[in-house]
Amino acid sequence: MQMTAEEREVNKVAAKSGANREIFLPPERERVKDGGKPHVSAKNFSIFYGNFEAVKKVNADILSKYVTAIIGPSGCGKSTFLRAINRMNDLIPSCYTTGTLMFDGEDVYGRYTDEVQLRKKIGMVFQKPNPFPKSIFDNIAYGPRLHGVKDKKMLEEVVEKSLRKAALWDEVKDRLDRNALGLSGGQQQRLCVARTLAVEPEILLLDEPTSALDPKATAKIEDLIEELRGSYTILIVTHNMQQASRVSDYTMFYYEGDLVEYAPTKQLFTNPRDQVTEDYITGRFS
Amino acid sequence: MDLGTRKILDRSFTAVGVTSILLMAMALLVVIVPIFSNGIGAIFFKGTIEHRKLQYNEFRKGNPDVLQQQITETDSYRNNAFSIVEAFEAEMEGMEPGEKKKEYASQYTSVRKILAHLLGPLPGDMEPILLRYQYGATRWEKAEEALHELMFVTKWDYSDPTKMATQYFVPRADEFAGTALADLFPYMENNLEKMLLPEQTFYWGFITERSLDAHIFGGIWAEIQGTFFLAVGAMLFAFPLGVIAAIYFTEYAKDNFFTSILRSANSTLAGVPSIVFGLFGLAFFINTMKVSESKSVLAGSLTLAIMILPTIIRAAEEAILAVPKTYKEASLGLGSTKWRTIVTVILPAALPGIITGGIISLGRAAGETAPIIFTAAVSVGATIGLADVFNSPTPALSWNIYNLASEHEAANEIRHVQYGMVLALISIVLLLNLSAILLRARISQKLKG
Repeated sequence: MQMTAEEREVNKVAAKSGANREIFLPPERERVKDGGKPHVSAKNFSIFYGNFEAVKKVNADILSKYVTAIIGPSGCGKSTFLRAINRMNDLIPSCYTTGTLMFDGEDVYGRYTDEVQLRKKIGMVFQKPNPFPKSIFDNIAYGPRLHGVKDKKMLEEVVEKSLRKAALWDEVKDRLDRNALGLSGGQQQRLCVARTLAVEPEILLLDEPTSALDPKATAKIEDLIEELRGSYTILIVTHNMQQASRVSDYTMFYYEGDLVEYAPTKQLFTNPRDQVTEDYITGRFS
Repeated sequence: MDLGTRKILDRSFTAVGVTSILLMAMALLVVIVPIFSNGIGAIFFKGTIEHRKLQYNEFRKGNPDVLQQQITETDSYRNNAFSIVEAFEAEMEGMEPGEKKKEYASQYTSVRKILAHLLGPLPGDMEPILLRYQYGATRWEKAEEALHELMFVTKWDYSDPTKMATQYFVPRADEFAGTALADLFPYMENNLEKMLLPEQTFYWGFITERSLDAHIFGGIWAEIQGTFFLAVGAMLFAFPLGVIAAIYFTEYAKDNFFTSILRSANSTLAGVPSIVFGLFGLAFFINTMKVSESKSVLAGSLTLAIMILPTIIRAAEEAILAVPKTYKEASLGLGSTKWRTIVTVILPAALPGIITGGIISLGRAAGETAPIIFTAAVSVGATIGLADVFNSPTPALSWNIYNLASEHEAANEIRHVQYGMVLALISIVLLLNLSAILLRARISQKLKG
């Protein structure tokens, strides 16, 4: 693939920050301003559960402000990789990593890295909507309150801003004091997105965010991802290849712990370089 | 297995299940109904003028004018009886000494005793020191029993050696036939009601008043308060410790040898007999730690706390483990620290379960007897103040139920107090459990939205 001048420029910046892969801008999608810098870089990054190597020596850069999808069959390590970025795997006692994972030039697994500060910058939305059993307002305000915002007025602003960004404001503005568990599944998931946005993260990790939702709610979440593209670096794990091709600029394909192919989405789906990728996206196995 | 057999099996299992539950319910009824019907008698009963005198003299309760009027009214009937007694005494004076007179004298002594039991001290008696002899029968059913005793001498028939002796009654009037005292018996039978003026009484003071003369009169407030102090005291120690331990077990403890020992220690503690905790409390808190000179509410509370600690830990652990893991992930994902997550997300969600465990333990602490025998309980004691909990023992319902039923000198006379205490204890425990259910329902409702 021939590099454009712009791509060469981006790659110069990328090389300086330690990128190890040539970066191609997504074809046929609107380019994002100030985007395309390596935001998360994995170098020989492996994740183990005990003796089992769930993710094997991955080398990849996640580009800022673009949407990157991670696809692959069940158990291929895609969720594990995603959860490694904000150190959610710390909850599993037998889990450890080798290699390095850099985020904004900081070693995620460095000895002096504060995972609490890190998670503030790397927001995550989970497979099943998981609002707290509190009011809608308190759900959104949970993060800002954690980080020291006490002023009622500021909290109200943050709540409104976040709900608007998550395209939920109009549906819930009259019942902010109602329990969040009373919302529908799709609304709950958007609430979770809003709750994450309220902390003002730089990256959004979405772990199969629509697998528990009906098609209508799924469409809304996809629209939301489209809205947020360009403002946040978004990583989305999905089982649904159509979804990956619809919402993402880049796609990573994992197979048995290996990052088999990582390319602009269009290229990966129309012209995969690897036979396994082709077999997977054409549905020969799943 | 074919469909028919399967259906028969299902049905027979249902039948067995329902039967066992019904059996349990019936067993419960057999226990609860007498407790309730007898226990309520401590509060609702036919109280005599003696009861009202006692209430006025000891607690300044009741209307003195009405009381005075009633005393005058009853005295006129009582004086008639007393004059019969006086006449008989005069007659005895004039009798020839001999067997006849001796027998009259011994019979007359029991008559006087029963009369005093009914009406209080008779004219010419010394003012008794014990309160129980200063008043007559305060409860009408007790008065009726005493009247029967007055009217009849109980005798035993040993004529048939192959059978057990049978009881029969001989009218006392026959024994005194021909003397002045013979008139007393019909007079008492006809006029006892006028001498005692029984009225339906609602004696709320049974709950709120102190006991008089070792529970012969008065209420059980000291016991209720003691039970309350002990149970709440135990809770103050055990609840925070238990919840902290449960948080440690569920959130912080790593799976290693040390924690597995801790876990099994906790399970073992839950199965230790309560009397062992009682001895431990005496040996450790009083003799070794010297938290108090001797028995005290503090020592009792600490012992009860140790006893209920495993239950609280277990309940809190279960409640915390039942909180969906996703809450924790969500909170941590937002950049919350582990401790913040526990305090702001996990504990509130686990609260219904934790509180239920706590209140059930509170009920258990209120009802346990063995741990407080050596550490806190006394049979008869004054109501203590809050400041005395560090060094005074206290009466408590559980211990005093046992004590009054088995060791009290007049155990038979105060059955109503025993039942009343049992009813009070059961009500307290039931109320605690009910409040646990309501609280749980309310919090769960709030969590569900």
